[in-house]
Amino acid sequence: MDKFLQLTITGLTTGMVYALIALGFVIIYKSSDVINFAQGELMVVGAYLLYAFIVQFGLPASLAMAATLGVAVLLGVTIERLVLRPMIGEPIISLIMVTIGLSSVLKGMVNAIWGPVPRPFPEFIPRANVAIGPAVVPADRLIAIAIALFFLVLFTLFFRFTREGIAMRAIADDQQAALSMGISVKRVFAVAWAIAAVSAAVAGAIVANIIGVGGEIAGLGLRVFPVVILGGLDSVPGAVIGGLIIGLLEAYTGGYIGEGLNLIIPFIVLLLVLMVRPYGLFGKVIIERV
Amino acid sequence: MLQLNNVEVIYNDVILVLKGLSMEVKQGQIVALLGANGAGKSTTLKAISGLLKPDDGEVTDGSILFMGQPIHNKDAEDIVRAGIFQVMEGRRVFEHLTVEENLQAGAYTRRDRRNIARDMERVYDYFPRMAQRRHQQAGFLSGGEQQMLAIGRALMARPKLMLLDEPSLGLAPLLVREIFDIIKRINAEEGTTILLVEQNATLALGIADYGYIMENGRVVLEGTAEQLANNEDVKEFYLGLTEVGKRKSYREVKHYKRRKRWLS
Repeated sequence: MDKFLQLTITGLTTGMVYALIALGFVIIYKSSDVINFAQGELMVVGAYLLYAFIVQFGLPASLAMAATLGVAVLLGVTIERLVLRPMIGEPIISLIMVTIGLSSVLKGMVNAIWGPVPRPFPEFIPRANVAIGPAVVPADRLIAIAIALFFLVLFTLFFRFTREGIAMRAIADDQQAALSMGISVKRVFAVAWAIAAVSAAVAGAIVANIIGVGGEIAGLGLRVFPVVILGGLDSVPGAVIGGLIIGLLEAYTGGYIGEGLNLIIPFIVLLLVLMVRPYGLFGKVIIERV
Repeated sequence: MLQLNNVEVIYNDVILVLKGLSMEVKQGQIVALLGANGAGKSTTLKAISGLLKPDDGEVTDGSILFMGQPIHNKDAEDIVRAGIFQVMEGRRVFEHLTVEENLQAGAYTRRDRRNIARDMERVYDYFPRMAQRRHQQAGFLSGGEQQMLAIGRALMARPKLMLLDEPSLGLAPLLVREIFDIIKRINAEEGTTILLVEQNATLALGIADYGYIMENGRVVLEGTAEQLANNEDVKEFYLGLTEVGKRKSYREVKHYKRRKRWLS
């Protein structure tokens, strides 16, 4: 029973980290129908930026985090301006290919600046273990949950109630019609990329705090893929619930069946879910009027 | 209010669609722009509203003046802010947004955010059915309701000039009547000037003050709605009536018997 509780809590915490990463995918997809394959690299960049500010510039953790987020916003806006804006109106598949190219460029830049060797990450969130009943959880995981929940609520409110949020969903639905409303597609895309870069930087920092800073953080971006597809690419609650499901599945299979299998299970579940609900658990249903 | 002078539009750098089109829309009027398929009616609207760019089109010659200011090849956002709003062909509501969110999207460029709730009530006043469905996803509305939503969404921007592209497309005759009555009401009550593109010439001339007939990217005939409705050629080719005024069956139509006199 203790083992079950321990696995459950571990699963939930990993799941929340997944959810946070998934939110980055969701915000880009929701506004532009583009799957951003560079999301993982954005996490790496975020983590390295924080590392640089803390270790190489010697800033205190809070100031370093603020600086990282600031640079992330700039990075997001720059990417939109230089890479995606020339592609407005082009087929979605070209845009997706561009994000793959972008991920290679970011990877190369990180390698050029910080080298390919992973480095230990300064402890900017305490890693000490906290006991919850009989289970033991590292504190940084709990903080990750809090941060992910905060972003979840923020994003949900943003999409439902703000002018830019509604504009974002309008653009995803029908770009030309959105243009005819006077909605500035350029501006909305810039906002979306800035938000995605920020959430990637936060997720990257949290993950780096757990596993150290290095290129393999990007691999997590790929691991999160089943999460986003499972939850529905355009659903904020879907990202969270998908994250929790995958996190729990990984923990249970890892704990009861064996390590290694937990890397495969998410994709098997993904296949099964897609057979029944091709748009994910919470994705928007394609409306067909007959 | 709106003036088009010898406007030329080219798509993809090669296809000339508007070949020196000139027309004028006066403040407070309903102006009908009629013509067959492919005459360039929608292109004309898009040239005015700045929506040519996504279709790779461009105004290459002539000028479009709105309240005296040139607006050709400006960004759609600037044109909406200047007071021109196009209701696109085929309704184009945001399917996954609720009715209310669609209306909010229409109000995107408004600076006076406080009055938006009041304007929304006015839209519900014009279209009571929208009020009942305000929290429903727009994709599940019927075609007529979607057209109403599209017009309501335009009202939310409080435009000075509303461009309507075939509001009757694919709708039942009864609904079309209803929508045209509302267009007339909007023109009278809000003082919104309206440029109406239609294939259904009878209906359009029924509510319009002035009309233009387009063919092959040019205006070939213009006049008050009454003059056009009584013009022999218009009757023959757009209203489907013979010279004696009786309805013509398609079997009897022999176009070679009578040439459109405006085609030189």
